[in-house]
Amino acid sequence: MTARIFAYIAHKGGVVDDSAAELFAAAKKIDPAASPTAVVTGMGPELDAVCENLRGSYSEVWKVASESLAYPNAELVRKALVKVIPAGSLVLVAHNHFGIDLGPGLSVKLDAAFVSDVMGIDGVEGNSLKVVRQEFGGQVSTHVSCDISSGAVINVRPGAFKPVESAAANGTVVDKSAEVGALTAGRRYLETIVAEIGDVDITKESVLVSVGRGIQEQDNLAIAQDLAEALGAAVSCSRPVVDAKWLPKSRQVGSSGQTVKPKIYLACGISGSFQHLAGLKGNPFIIAINKNPKAPIFQVADVGIVADVLEFLPELTNKVREAKGAHASR
Amino acid sequence: MEILVCARRVPDTSENEIQLNSAGNDIERDDLVYSINEPDNYAVEEALQIVAKAGGNVTVATVGTDEDEEILRRELAMGANHGVLLSDDSFSGSDGKGIATVLKGFVQKGKYDLILTGVQAEDGGAQVGGMLAAMLDYPFASLVNSIEVADGAKLRVGREIEGGNREMNEIDLPCVLSIQTGINEPRYVGMRGIRQAASLEVPTYGAAELGVDRVSVGDAAAKVKRDDYFVPALGKGAEILQGDNAEIAEKLVELMKAKGGLQ
Repeated sequence: MTARIFAYIAHKGGVVDDSAAELFAAAKKIDPAASPTAVVTGMGPELDAVCENLRGSYSEVWKVASESLAYPNAELVRKALVKVIPAGSLVLVAHNHFGIDLGPGLSVKLDAAFVSDVMGIDGVEGNSLKVVRQEFGGQVSTHVSCDISSGAVINVRPGAFKPVESAAANGTVVDKSAEVGALTAGRRYLETIVAEIGDVDITKESVLVSVGRGIQEQDNLAIAQDLAEALGAAVSCSRPVVDAKWLPKSRQVGSSGQTVKPKIYLACGISGSFQHLAGLKGNPFIIAINKNPKAPIFQVADVGIVADVLEFLPELTNKVREAKGAHASR
Repeated sequence: MEILVCARRVPDTSENEIQLNSAGNDIERDDLVYSINEPDNYAVEEALQIVAKAGGNVTVATVGTDEDEEILRRELAMGANHGVLLSDDSFSGSDGKGIATVLKGFVQKGKYDLILTGVQAEDGGAQVGGMLAAMLDYPFASLVNSIEVADGAKLRVGREIEGGNREMNEIDLPCVLSIQTGINEPRYVGMRGIRQAASLEVPTYGAAELGVDRVSVGDAAAKVKRDDYFVPALGKGAEILQGDNAEIAEKLVELMKAKGGLQ
């Protein structure tokens, strides 16, 4: 393996993104002997702070400073990277809203292969990088071969690679800014509109009754609402319920919604995509109710019930009321 | 505004459990229900809403085989003006870049102000839109969840970023946008509409008509190939509660009490 490995590292407010350690770990899976190079773009003291942090773990940090890169616009970042990354390199990018913007176009401009949303790396055989991906919302996985003879851009699933211990690198920061020069783009960042909290703040609830596609119809939400009331809990949901406009965006758990940290999480008719699970923190006790015994949610849940939520939830609501009633009358 | 929507026909995960076939080299495709990829349907609806305000036409194109024509007819029934099947033996086995190369050939045959794709297919990688934009040197935005026509030359688009926040951008036309689900409420398509669309003409273009070099697409050109499908060895997994619903519900109440969820 002679291809050089680069990791494009995102940062915000001078703080390095979690993907820095994950992409380093992914590089080591490609080649245990690799010494990956971090690439960062931005400007000013924030960028310097990021470089200083990264040289603790990466032996080389390439810095591209430019006024036009102050906000990470994928088109501008792509143009900068195309100027500095040597042909035939492997470039690792976190597969989030920025990586989805950057990776595919970058691979075209580098004339390199592109693999999306990689969650496992088995290694390299000759010119072929062997990786693992998921399809159909995690219901099945695939082994994928990627021809890296002319380089590759590899988008890596956030959270899939556990950071590895590495010796302090005391790396070098290499300033590549002069190679980039002035950049312009056909897309310009205007502003970020911050999500509204809504009537119920699901991030503060200790018990969540969370509903997914399995609830089937808007009218059936009442079944979940009844259970939530009996438990003194709130109703949250997964993406399809928001897409259907049955609940507001502020109730959505997941990487594109809210990050919640309840004690107990009842996943009702939720299949359990990684985007949804990314919004669950603090190691809650997960109870999964789904009529599909193969639903990915059963892999991560503590307790599973293979049942139709429309039949099971009313039963559970009754038992909760009975238990509370018994308690109250004592 | 002339709008092209690139769409795909995929197994519908809301209608099917996806399982391995007995050989383990593919999913079990017998009896699968196929439909238009969900984000692509939102993209068509968005295109229809834009032309309703700004005027113009909506063309829906798919790279595939005769079987894929059904989704074009469905989108014609929804209100699209044209449906086009891009089909050639040489396209078979294309990776994302191969599909984008075929679409580029079609884009260059016409004149489109705006090209939409769905953000991702169930068995895809959220990649074709970004590749197509780079090949055409058009600006690109992914995960788009709002579009406003600012003037004739540019759009104001919102992107879904972390935490439910929305990143607003101005983008020059022509451009490529990948559309996220939830951007609108796709209209219902009844059987009557689909029957009416059955007689509409859906032209097919092959590699020669599209000016696509056959060696640049298909299996031979693909750098990224799926070797097999598998179901990963299960971890510990959930403890599955057994019994009838009433018995399970009682057990669950005890468990929730123990975890402090029932005071």
